[in-house]
Amino acid sequence: MINLKINGKAITAPEGSTILEAAKLGGINIPTLCYLKDVHKVGACRVCAVEVEGARNLQASCIVKAWDGMVVNTNSKRVRDARRVLYGLMVEDHPKECMTCVRNQNCELQELGYTLGTPDCAATKMIPPAQLDISPSITRDTRKCILCRRCVTACNQIQQVGAIFSQNRGYDTKISPAMELPLEDGNCTMCGQCVVVCPTGALTETADVDKVWNALNDPELRVIVQAAPAVRAALGECFDLPVGTRVTAKLAAALRELGFDDVFDTNFGADVTIVEEGTELLSRLKAHLEGDKVVVPMITSCSPGWVKHIEHEFPDQLPHLSSCKSPHCMLGALVKSYYAKKINVDPKKIFTVSVMPCTAKKYESQREVMNVDGIRDVDAVITTRELARMIKSAGIDFVNLPDAEFDYPLGLSSGAADIFGVTGGVMEAALRTAYSIITGNPIPFTNLHIAPIVGFETIKTAEITIKGAKPEYKQFEGITLKIAVTSGLAGANVLLKEIEAGTSPYHFIEVMGCPGGCIAGGGQPRSKDADFREKRAKALYNEDESKKIRASHENPDVQKLYKEYLGEPNGHLAHKLLHTSYTPRGKFNERLKK
Amino acid sequence: MSQLKISTLADLENIKRAFKESKQNYKKTVRVCGGAGCISSDCAAVSTAFNKVVAERKLEGEFYLVETGCIGMCALGPLVVIEPDGVLYVKVTAEKMEEIIDKHLIGGSVVEAYTYVDPRSNKHIPQISEIDFFSKQVKIALRNCGRIPYGSIEAYIANDGYFAMAKALNELKREGVIEVLKASGLRGRGGAGFPAGVKWESGYKAKGDIKYMVCNGDEGDPGAFMDRSILEGDPHSIIEAMMLGGYTIGAKKGYFYVRAEYPVAVERLNAAIDEARAFGLLGENILGSDFSFDLEVRIGAGAFVCGEETALLNSIEGKRGEPRQKPPFPFQRGLFGYPTIINNVETLANIPAIIVKGAEWYASYGVGKSKGTKVFALAGDIVNAGIVEIPMGMKMREVIYDIGGGMTGGKAFKAVQSGGPSGGCLTADHLDVSVDYESLSAMGAIMGSGGLIAMDENTCLVDTARYFMEFGQDESCGHCLPCRVGTKRILEILQRIVRGKGVAEDIETLSTLSKTICDTAMCGLGQTAPNPVLTTLKYFRDEYEAHIHDKRCPAHVCTALKRYLIDEKACVGCTICAKNCPTNAISGSVKKPHFIDQEACIRCGVCMEKCKFNAISVQY
Repeated sequence: MINLKINGKAITAPEGSTILEAAKLGGINIPTLCYLKDVHKVGACRVCAVEVEGARNLQASCIVKAWDGMVVNTNSKRVRDARRVLYGLMVEDHPKECMTCVRNQNCELQELGYTLGTPDCAATKMIPPAQLDISPSITRDTRKCILCRRCVTACNQIQQVGAIFSQNRGYDTKISPAMELPLEDGNCTMCGQCVVVCPTGALTETADVDKVWNALNDPELRVIVQAAPAVRAALGECFDLPVGTRVTAKLAAALRELGFDDVFDTNFGADVTIVEEGTELLSRLKAHLEGDKVVVPMITSCSPGWVKHIEHEFPDQLPHLSSCKSPHCMLGALVKSYYAKKINVDPKKIFTVSVMPCTAKKYESQREVMNVDGIRDVDAVITTRELARMIKSAGIDFVNLPDAEFDYPLGLSSGAADIFGVTGGVMEAALRTAYSIITGNPIPFTNLHIAPIVGFETIKTAEITIKGAKPEYKQFEGITLKIAVTSGLAGANVLLKEIEAGTSPYHFIEVMGCPGGCIAGGGQPRSKDADFREKRAKALYNEDESKKIRASHENPDVQKLYKEYLGEPNGHLAHKLLHTSYTPRGKFNERLKK
Repeated sequence: MSQLKISTLADLENIKRAFKESKQNYKKTVRVCGGAGCISSDCAAVSTAFNKVVAERKLEGEFYLVETGCIGMCALGPLVVIEPDGVLYVKVTAEKMEEIIDKHLIGGSVVEAYTYVDPRSNKHIPQISEIDFFSKQVKIALRNCGRIPYGSIEAYIANDGYFAMAKALNELKREGVIEVLKASGLRGRGGAGFPAGVKWESGYKAKGDIKYMVCNGDEGDPGAFMDRSILEGDPHSIIEAMMLGGYTIGAKKGYFYVRAEYPVAVERLNAAIDEARAFGLLGENILGSDFSFDLEVRIGAGAFVCGEETALLNSIEGKRGEPRQKPPFPFQRGLFGYPTIINNVETLANIPAIIVKGAEWYASYGVGKSKGTKVFALAGDIVNAGIVEIPMGMKMREVIYDIGGGMTGGKAFKAVQSGGPSGGCLTADHLDVSVDYESLSAMGAIMGSGGLIAMDENTCLVDTARYFMEFGQDESCGHCLPCRVGTKRILEILQRIVRGKGVAEDIETLSTLSKTICDTAMCGLGQTAPNPVLTTLKYFRDEYEAHIHDKRCPAHVCTALKRYLIDEKACVGCTICAKNCPTNAISGSVKKPHFIDQEACIRCGVCMEKCKFNAISVQY
């Protein structure tokens, strides 16, 4: 521990603390902007500069370590004046479109101005007209960029994608893809981790709200919505509910109030995914154990950011991916076939909307292959944040909504589907089903949670030895299944490099594109709670445990679907509706061009 | 032929002796400057002419041509020095060379017409030892520059080259080198002035098996070319110093970071490294010891900020050239995360000489805490523009007048910018300041890396501040807000002022912005970028006020503030001015007085030039 004095107050802090951290321990807040706890500290904005006795210059408190005996002043005239000048520099060429900006009242730049006491700043500069870079998932407005570089850290250090970086220098510095190409042209995975950390309106999801409103207002269309598991663990935050509040029932109610004709649950799609993916896994492993040449490890394909990443970075490893579509695309395809037939509506008159915690799902829904006989699986994807905006603009009192349920026949789900939204969840769901199919018994873990793959470490591994395999699965008897789970593309890079090198020991790998899984996806509410991942994950695990049915294949409506319509898992119709194919790309889509 | 490998001190001594003997029989040595300045004034033609004439006259055994590095008087190149006579010829051409061979080398009489003319006495001074420019200098870092052939390792060895390395290995050992350096008082010549011995000691003490030496040759100050001259003129001295550094701190690998704009330096450095490797001086088991070391040249893309040590490290690593937050300092976590010592070229150039001749000898030059000498690049409105090395403590007046020869065209001295764009200006009142780290800082300027830009009475200091700010803004890396945006705002205000659009609050705003940038920018570049504004505001505030309040440029530089006026009485209405005006700013009827629309006038002066009746005048 070290002792220092901040604003005359004696403060004790652990060794290695920054001035900012030490001040916080002493109850002193220092304004920051570019700083993002545990993620990003590069001292770019200098707003957190403080006076340190003996130092010639003001010191950036977010990066400078406190030392024993340090004397700091965070509120001297020198400091306050510098902050105000800096804030002035930051906002004078920033577009004054706050009232119409998507980040209005949810903008860190705005908030900083308020904190600093709305400083005077020099005359408004000429602000160039917007030149938006609109990709299917992410929209960039570089005029609103304050060059804090949080997105650069998210993309390069956290995700190790390297799609955006600073270009040019000095005043002409811009954050953009190489050579200022559009985001869509390069290796951007559309994961949206940059959007989540952006303090202003420079990086936003490409808005699809208007598309949805137009559909809802079209009397010709039957508008059918579904919501992903992670949405229910985070949407409440947009309405000031505590982080981690489960709002499943209110979500269903709100969607109905918005005017959707049917309110389905992506969870149902998740259960179907497990049946399809589990069957695929079992057949691959069976062949593998029998000595056939099949590609293992198999890797999950639910996360579109991850899928795009492997297409760019490891195009030769695509055969490892499961051929399953992601749950919402499966459900979209089922709505426009199974359900359309049931209600006798022309699928062309059905408009499917997915509410997703994810920006990449927008892009995914627009992939050429995401259709069945020319009919798009999903017509529009909105993020959790966009849904919150819709609910607010519709005047719905979300917090006081009466509880409601999802609609039959695509609304019932198992607990396994809920945990699709958190890292390790897809793996756990798949193993609950696979183990049960092989042995007829539930997976031998307390509360059905495979403990080693629960949590937020980058790479988690587990080994499960199969005992008591049924006669038709005798190859599996005594086999130790090796599995790995990762969330965030940095971890995926590690596991894929092992596969490339031929050293991967695993049978099955789960990859979620965002660190922590969908609960922390690029479309989720921005949280200031340091433990938001843990809290949202807990909500999903609670949701799972609250259900009677805990394994996907036990979902009676899923069983009915196969019996009535699809036939066998991985059968002909299932393949047509629920499976997809991938495109090798290379860094700049060069393989596409060939 | 297999190259002789040097593995002992005796080998070095043999080479030294053999080299000297091989030159004994020549009657005269002709040194032709092959520095960058003289290359551009075509010294190659002089060498070619020499070789041709000497071959024609069959005098190969008598006269020996040496192509050297920079002799220093760059404005008067190509330079030729005849030894042992000690005669300097300036602005030599192929024809003049032939005449010098005939009359001086063969005939024995100096061709006075081609020798240096003293600007004050207007008399020829043939003897280099009698020219103030040379006689007042003390050459330590430049000891071999302009004297020995830059491309010959034997010549370097003959001038005690690589003897420092031998001394370090055989006598001083690692701790000994640090002691000598500390005692010498040598400080970093890149600008910051950090004691070199302390720096090496921190590298020596840093824990780890992998360490690096880095030579900062990314000299970027406008008008500065000290490091370039040393790298081009004496590359082996820097190689030897890097080896000494590597030995002392425990590094096996060193990097030279040289900017791409210095292709000659890169070429000569690479050739010298190859030569040293061929002689066994770089590589495994140097001079028979267990010390192994090798060097690699990395070329910088010319961003000014890459001269900042942490940005330089990023650049070597292949990353964007942006500074890293210090601490950790490079000696703790430097190149590729390993302890790294970074020295500037000039600092390194001093070190072998200090090791051979001793700390006491070096510390006998200089003053106070500023020991030894400093190399300066004299530029601007100065007669003897070029490279000089002076003992620290010399008066600025001596540097400008005795060595620099005063202002060109006999004009009055107005200011000198010391330390480049990060430095500050000094006025005529400061001419008696001692040139050393402490005295210059006390005046608001800095020693910097050694750029000295002299400005005469026709310089507008507001415009000069604008120039430096333009440079600072252009070279800002864009990482931190104050430097990226603040310098832009300062530049905009200065641009406005020199266009006559300044407003009363501008001075206050400039001062506030400058102080905030100095106080909050991340790296040295940003923290010092406003210095030219702050010092000109301090010493030439009246010029700012004249621009802002009176819309007048006292130095008559700022075009926008000129006003061309037609004297109604003198104008006869000949219309010639109106016909020639490129912007149709002049109106008036034939035989009636004409009138200039000041809004439309672009101040080109054509009207005044064309008027046959002296009716047009310019008002500043």
